[in-house]
Amino acid sequence: MISSRFFDLLHSGKPVVLDGATGTNLQARGLPTGTPSDVWVLDNPAEVIRLHHDFITAGAEVILTNTFGSSRLHLAHAGLDARFEETNRTAVALARQAAAGSEVLVAGSLGPLGEMLEPAGTLSAETAAQVYAEQARLLAEAGVDLLVIETQFDLNEALAAVRGVKSVTDLPLVCSFSYDRGTRTMMGLRPAQAAQALAGAGLAAIGINCGRSLEDNRRALDELRAATDLPIWFKPNAGLPHSDAEGRMIYDVTPAMMGEQVAGWVAGGAVLVGGCCGTSPEHLRAIAEAVRKVA
Amino acid sequence: MDEKLKAIYQCIVEGDNNGVQEHVRAALESGMDAGTILNEGLIAGMAEVGRLFEEGEYFVPEMLISARAMKSAMAILKPHLTSEQVGFAGRVAIGTVKGDLHDIGKNLVGLMLEGAGFQVIDLGSDVAPEKFVEAAKNNDVDIVAMSALLTTTMVNMKSTIAALEEAGVREKVKVMIGGAPVTEAYARQIGADGYAPDASRAVALAKSLLS
Ligand code: B1M
Repeated sequence: MISSRFFDLLHSGKPVVLDGATGTNLQARGLPTGTPSDVWVLDNPAEVIRLHHDFITAGAEVILTNTFGSSRLHLAHAGLDARFEETNRTAVALARQAAAGSEVLVAGSLGPLGEMLEPAGTLSAETAAQVYAEQARLLAEAGVDLLVIETQFDLNEALAAVRGVKSVTDLPLVCSFSYDRGTRTMMGLRPAQAAQALAGAGLAAIGINCGRSLEDNRRALDELRAATDLPIWFKPNAGLPHSDAEGRMIYDVTPAMMGEQVAGWVAGGAVLVGGCCGTSPEHLRAIAEAVRKVA
Repeated sequence: MDEKLKAIYQCIVEGDNNGVQEHVRAALESGMDAGTILNEGLIAGMAEVGRLFEEGEYFVPEMLISARAMKSAMAILKPHLTSEQVGFAGRVAIGTVKGDLHDIGKNLVGLMLEGAGFQVIDLGSDVAPEKFVEAAKNNDVDIVAMSALLTTTMVNMKSTIAALEEAGVREKVKVMIGGAPVTEAYARQIGADGYAPDASRAVALAKSLLS
């Protein structure tokens, strides 16, 4: 069941507007620090829908489910594995509800498992692939339009993730990395290496999300563009945060500052654009307006 | 620098696990003082690894490989350290707080504390407040040491201190904290006894807390 709606959007010749941050915004809306944002899918669904809605109003054409940390393994770390099936299904339903009556697509978010794979860690690639497959199957069954493996840093994990997801669904798949050590991931992976390793994997797009500063992400984009023919997904953080004495993250990049960058992203080859940590609905509105201007 | 120390230092920087064990054994056999091997070979090497990581020359895999080499070298060195001038400095229960799986920094701090004569009880990572309390109660622990790498788990340092208070053991122990997002101001705010920005300063802090 290939969703042609995503491919239509992707090949419309216009940049596609994605959404902004989930965690940072839910925290601003009362999610206690220390509580994973996925918890609100079941505990405060109204606020999750409201955030999706705010992104749609701001101009998002694709929204991501609040399932970044909802792999069985990640939930188990928080003692929440009993919620696995329900939280993934419900998260899709909430996004669908927010998108109802619009053309907005729902992308199922799959985040890192939170453990290191062999040889750096102890998790086998086989297990990792199964864990991704299991979550992807649930999200696909619940009706997402595409799947996004995001914030990846370890090529072994990303390859296992793609293999796992591909084993259970034909939905369009995006794989996106976080280059948070400048233009390298924390494992030292470069955009060109990721692009090369995933060239034959059947991805709909390859991406960059989270990372460090807007400048670093921009440099990563240039490196990635030079190394791939795939459409590029680009969802940088709203700049580099710093934390205050309470441990709250502070983002200094304003919506206007982020909006100013967008023409450069599109010129630099980004086709799907949005924001990661720190990107509020106001930031996203600035991004969407800038996209409309370049289109 | 002495050739033997230089070789040990180099093995740590390069993460040469077999090499470092060989060189540490050879240095001990030649009669070199274990404290010198630790400070000028191993710790100096790990400090360089930390610098290379900060500079973006090293990434997590290199860091892990060097930390493993440091660990096996410490295992060889430990019996010699305790029998020498480095006397018993105190007992520390160390762990990464609940919800947090980052243990590279915590392990380094633990290793350095051992090197300085502390007996270290490693509670691991993702350690619940109750587990810290249990350790503080049962083991004659002098210091409870907590590490956190996530802004979302830092708050569990505060809940652990609250749990220690509730269990009536807060006054029995000193509490020290560290990890990338943690600051001196945060330590003061949550009522910890001290904060250290890196492993060598963690050793200095632990010593000063017990003096
Ligand atoms: C008691 O007294 C003391 C005193 C001093 C103490 C002390 C205690 N503890 C430490 N110190 C001090 O001494 C040490 C030596 O000098 C120092 O320890 P450090 O721990 O600071 O330094 C170490 C020697 C080296 N540094 C490290 O080991 C951390 C490196 C980075 C790259 C990192 C790693 C390695 C990992 N990670 Co994670 N990781 C990142 C880190 C980014 C970065 N570039 O720093 C960080 C910390 N991670 C982050 C994130 C978000 C995550 N990670 C995750 C997972 C992982 C891995 C498992 C892949 C791996 C950990 C492996 C392991 N076994 O530890 C996930 C969470 C898992 C979990 N529940 O814990 C996940 C949520 C990723 C995800 N999206 O799923 C970010 C945190 C953001 C934030 N501020 O909250 C992060 C800054 C990366 C980023 N740029 O976004 C001092 O702080």
